[in-house]
Amino acid sequence: MSKVATREAYGKALLELGKKNPSVVALDADLSGSTKTKVFGKEFPERFVNVGIAEQNLMGIAAGLSLGGKIPFASTFAVFATGRAWEQIRQSICYPGLNVKIVASHAGITVGEDGGSHQSVEDISLMRTIPAMTVIVPADGVETAKAITAMGEYAGPTYIRVGRAKTEIIYDDSYSFRVGKANVLKKGADVTVIACGVMVPEAMKAADELLAEGISAGVINMSTIKPLDSDAVIEAAKGSGAIVTAEEHSIIGGLGSAVAEVISEACPVPLVRVGIKDVFGTSGKPDDLMEKYGLTANDIKKAAKEAVAKKPRKV
Amino acid sequence: MTLAVDSIKHLAQTACTIRMDIVEMLNKAGSGHTGGSLSAADIVTALYFHKMRHMPSDPKWPERDRFILCKGHAAPVLYAALARSGYFPLDELKTLRQFGSRLQGHPDSRKLPGVEISTGSLGQGLSVSCGLALSGKMDGKSWRVYALLGDGELQEGQVWEAAMAAAHYGLDNLTAIIDNNGLQIDGACSEVMCVDSISDKFASFGWDTINIDGHNMEEITDALDRAQAHKGRPTAIIARTIKGKGCSLFEGKVEYHGTPPSDKELEAALKELGGVE
Repeated sequence: MSKVATREAYGKALLELGKKNPSVVALDADLSGSTKTKVFGKEFPERFVNVGIAEQNLMGIAAGLSLGGKIPFASTFAVFATGRAWEQIRQSICYPGLNVKIVASHAGITVGEDGGSHQSVEDISLMRTIPAMTVIVPADGVETAKAITAMGEYAGPTYIRVGRAKTEIIYDDSYSFRVGKANVLKKGADVTVIACGVMVPEAMKAADELLAEGISAGVINMSTIKPLDSDAVIEAAKGSGAIVTAEEHSIIGGLGSAVAEVISEACPVPLVRVGIKDVFGTSGKPDDLMEKYGLTANDIKKAAKEAVAKKPRKV
Repeated sequence: MTLAVDSIKHLAQTACTIRMDIVEMLNKAGSGHTGGSLSAADIVTALYFHKMRHMPSDPKWPERDRFILCKGHAAPVLYAALARSGYFPLDELKTLRQFGSRLQGHPDSRKLPGVEISTGSLGQGLSVSCGLALSGKMDGKSWRVYALLGDGELQEGQVWEAAMAAAHYGLDNLTAIIDNNGLQIDGACSEVMCVDSISDKFASFGWDTINIDGHNMEEITDALDRAQAHKGRPTAIIARTIKGKGCSLFEGKVEYHGTPPSDKELEAALKELGGVE
């Protein structure tokens, strides 16, 4: 299976979008080599703005460029974009409803060796809570490219989360991405795993292994966390009677919470959340960290069995 | 270019009208920021009634100059200037801060025509102004961006991130005006957190600077013209002002930062303002 880092896919897709749309501008805060906005900056230096190590100003300048009719893509590491500049995103971008795209890389623990200070485990939560913000977590390089392309036509503040590590490609070019639309990869009768980002391929693996053990597990790629495709969540809850969520993010405030909010109101069924258990990350290789923080196919399998066991017995 | 004496007099009279609007709407609202709205009245008047090219009948006219009220709590001075310019009916000033009003406690660009961007959280407006000025440069436009900041606001670190960027990008289409009234909510800026040597600070960040009396219409209009003539660098106009200017009851009094005039105070203020030639 081929692997591509979603940040690489972002860099290339942004360049292509820039070629088609002269209003697209890219901004970075001294991390353009890492976030891959440098690819755009090399081709379009006159449309590339490096603000230096100043994330608050990054968001403010992006807001101003948007006021001037540009389509700004502002990038830095997820931990700085959503943490350091949260209030700038709230006040200067979302409150006035500006068309700014924040594409933050090095999200989650798969940042690896840089350690806990650089591993955002709460960025989805921070962005999801701001009114009017759209939040997208692409599952692979193909979906990242499609989401970036879609941004050329999608108005309004949007947060897109991409990663540092090379991750599995699950889609081919025939895949069609739509903001706010879940992608059902597999239907299941016993349980449905709703996943995002790097956890989608893990969920697929888990579903295959569960089937061998006699459990029919569905898999949904919920790449848009907000607005959440509630219909898809309710359909899965009704269809399989148990839900597992899987995200490379804290179990507080992210996909797991969003799904819990929907099913607890609309269709209460057993739910088990796979994610980072309210702790900070640490240095290490991404694979080792995925294991340490319980983010592997095995962890999803365990969670799925737990969810199935919680289902009310049929009489 | 120095303005004719008549024009200066006329602008000063307009500023006086704006001040009357400010105290009236704040009294009606029963809350809001008196001191910092009055201290900025002459500057805002000079911009809206003399310097800026804008079109109240078409608030989004692409070639307009842009004004960003970084110190968003001084919303009343902006609302008065917009209403007196013709962006919306004067009568609407009475709705300030009320439920359902377009005149929010702090300016909301999604509600009120003429407001370029919502502000209120201090320290963010200069960054937005930089981005806007940068977009103008990218497109080769001749319109200008005017950002009005408070002096207490300079305590926000983001202002200096923006100051660095404006100079770095050579944003000579950006003019920042500092309403240097010397007071903030908790007391004198010098006591709360010293922001002295404002001019030196901006100069060291690579800006051209002009120091003026922010209540002298001739100095204000002259400084705005000089700022436009400066090429290659942004200009900061440090306008020495008096908080609550125009109404002796409020002048230099920190307690009127966020206190509206009572009925009695309004009467006295209007009497005093009405006496200005």
